[in-house]
Amino acid sequence: MRMHHIRRPAVAAIGIALMACGANSSSTSSTSVTAHFPVTIAESGGASVTISKQPHRIVSLSPTATEMLFAIGAGAQVVAVDDQSNYPANAPMTKLSGFQPNIEAIAAYTPDLVVASDDTGGLVHGLGALNIPILIEPAAKNLDESYKQIEQLGAATGDVEGATSVEKKMRSDLATIVASIPKPTKQLKVYHELDDTYYSATSATFIGQVYALLSLKNIADGATAAAPDYPQLSAEYIVSSSPDLIVLADTKCCHQDLSTVSARPGWSSIAAVKSAQVIGVDDDIASRWGPRVVDFLRTIAPHVKQLELQAA
Amino acid sequence: MSSLGRRLSRPVGAAPAALLQGLPRLPWLWALAGVVALLFAAVLGVLVGPVHISLGAVVRTLLAPIPWFGTAGSVDPGQASILWSLRIPRVVLGAIVGGMLATAGAAYQGVFRNPLADPYLLGAAAGANLGATLAIAFAPGSSLIGVNVVPLAGFVGAALAVAGAYALGRTVTGLRNTTGLILAGVAIAAFFNAIQTYIQQSQTNSIRQVYSWILGRLVTAGWDGVLLVLPYVVISVFVILLHRRLLDALSVGDEEVTSLGISARRVRLIVVVAATLGTAAVVAIAGTIAFVGIIIPHTVRLLVGRSYRVVIPLSLLFGASFLVLADTAARTVAAPAELPIGVITAFVGAPFFIVVMRSTRAAAL
Repeated sequence: MRMHHIRRPAVAAIGIALMACGANSSSTSSTSVTAHFPVTIAESGGASVTISKQPHRIVSLSPTATEMLFAIGAGAQVVAVDDQSNYPANAPMTKLSGFQPNIEAIAAYTPDLVVASDDTGGLVHGLGALNIPILIEPAAKNLDESYKQIEQLGAATGDVEGATSVEKKMRSDLATIVASIPKPTKQLKVYHELDDTYYSATSATFIGQVYALLSLKNIADGATAAAPDYPQLSAEYIVSSSPDLIVLADTKCCHQDLSTVSARPGWSSIAAVKSAQVIGVDDDIASRWGPRVVDFLRTIAPHVKQLELQAA
Repeated sequence: MSSLGRRLSRPVGAAPAALLQGLPRLPWLWALAGVVALLFAAVLGVLVGPVHISLGAVVRTLLAPIPWFGTAGSVDPGQASILWSLRIPRVVLGAIVGGMLATAGAAYQGVFRNPLADPYLLGAAAGANLGATLAIAFAPGSSLIGVNVVPLAGFVGAALAVAGAYALGRTVTGLRNTTGLILAGVAIAAFFNAIQTYIQQSQTNSIRQVYSWILGRLVTAGWDGVLLVLPYVVISVFVILLHRRLLDALSVGDEEVTSLGISARRVRLIVVVAATLGTAAVVAIAGTIAFVGIIIPHTVRLLVGRSYRVVIPLSLLFGASFLVLADTAARTVAAPAELPIGVITAFVGAPFFIVVMRSTRAAAL
């Protein structure tokens, strides 16, 4: 056991050295269709990561990346996921933390690729010292960034075809749902709630872009001057905006539902509360930028459709 | 119980003449200024908000429930709802919270003869945060006789932390009475913080709600919050006001109180219990709002005088005014987004306090 641990970095170092030679001769990019290693992936932050051979011991510290990896068919290559990666059910959840990553604990899984959403706690530097390649896939701001991450994970894991088909399916599913909703006569207003102190998400965020797909007007956009992404809205403003649709992404964290929202002071006058268009969604699905965004849209769409038909 | 009653009545009814001499009574001009400041803050707080409601509409809405003035037809129900269910309760709660924290801060500074003492000194905030975190993590969404269990747990946590610090502080010998208490408070707060952080980290599902709880909840305030804290705050402020003369004696030294035939330890216990009761209730509803409990009493000391007969009632009035104004800024400066009220209290309060300190004799502290 001990021997194994000591020898691993040496092997990895040789691998990196070989890869460095290879990377110079054949310039591979994230958009390459066929997977041949070594592969170099340009991250959105400007850095690039080179993976010498197809990884079979992947550690994911990002719940979204975990969902993407399993969706594209790289699940069998994943040996450990962080304590927040609760989907899919067969993901090998561990006590590893993506918020406060412990380099030693990650290295103990002898990974040949680590995927995370943030470089917190010196993750990149620490794993770099151990010659473990790490790919950072930060929170996507729109669907295109999400598709790009799926492509990158496909290239990084050698599951390029899986990634392509997942992306294709997402695109067509989303298009079908959007097409099923009649053209609005008047723009409907939506309030997306992140917690029970009225934090919300503007159109500059991934979830905000999803509402834009449905041509909904996001009331949080009124507060972009103060907080471009996730403003805390005043109760007065929410009540006077009287959104037609309230989406509760705080059903798990804060146990909110139609009855708790109706009981809030002054909220009974809001259009969405009057017509009971208060939709509880899974906090996790609503806060991740993976393939399950289709499920999210599928939950919201019938309500939007109903409201559009009523308005027409 | 009856002995407590006697102790309470003593400072008011039978304070020896020696204690009254040379100490100023509450200057009526400053008292008037305090009342005017609170009225001004309240009027401003009701008039401005993220939703524009004209002065005329506000006046009509406020007069509507009064039989002879009411002109019900001209009141917009949406605006009335915003004023009565959101804006006015928030102004009232802001006044209660600010008045309570400033009063409790002044009382703690008197009891501990320490200018840096604030209402959270003996672990009230750490205890409240731990209680609330436990409730959020292990009893999510539950309620007790119709009241959300989280503020109740926060209240109990705050009271237990201070009780623990007090019990622990009393066992310390060889130090001055108050030093032992303060150190016990620091230890309890650190210990409770450690447990709270551990639970928060191991129950990451509830991390968002824990943070939003700690950051304060004036944003979601309604009349139910006002009703929840009011009884405790009224009792707390009443008891502290009764002891303002004894706090003057205590500021000279324990011997000064003992010479009146009263146990200094008893006075300290009663005032600490009263201040804790109010602080715990306020923290349970509004979260931890730092700074108010320190700068308001000291500003009063610098501007008016250091007798607790002045400091306690004026801290109540100016603390209430200050927090109502700060909260009005919190919900209007970045409207329709909210700013954390702690940002406002420190950003405006700290420079203001420095100006007051520089333009008066700092020796007054």
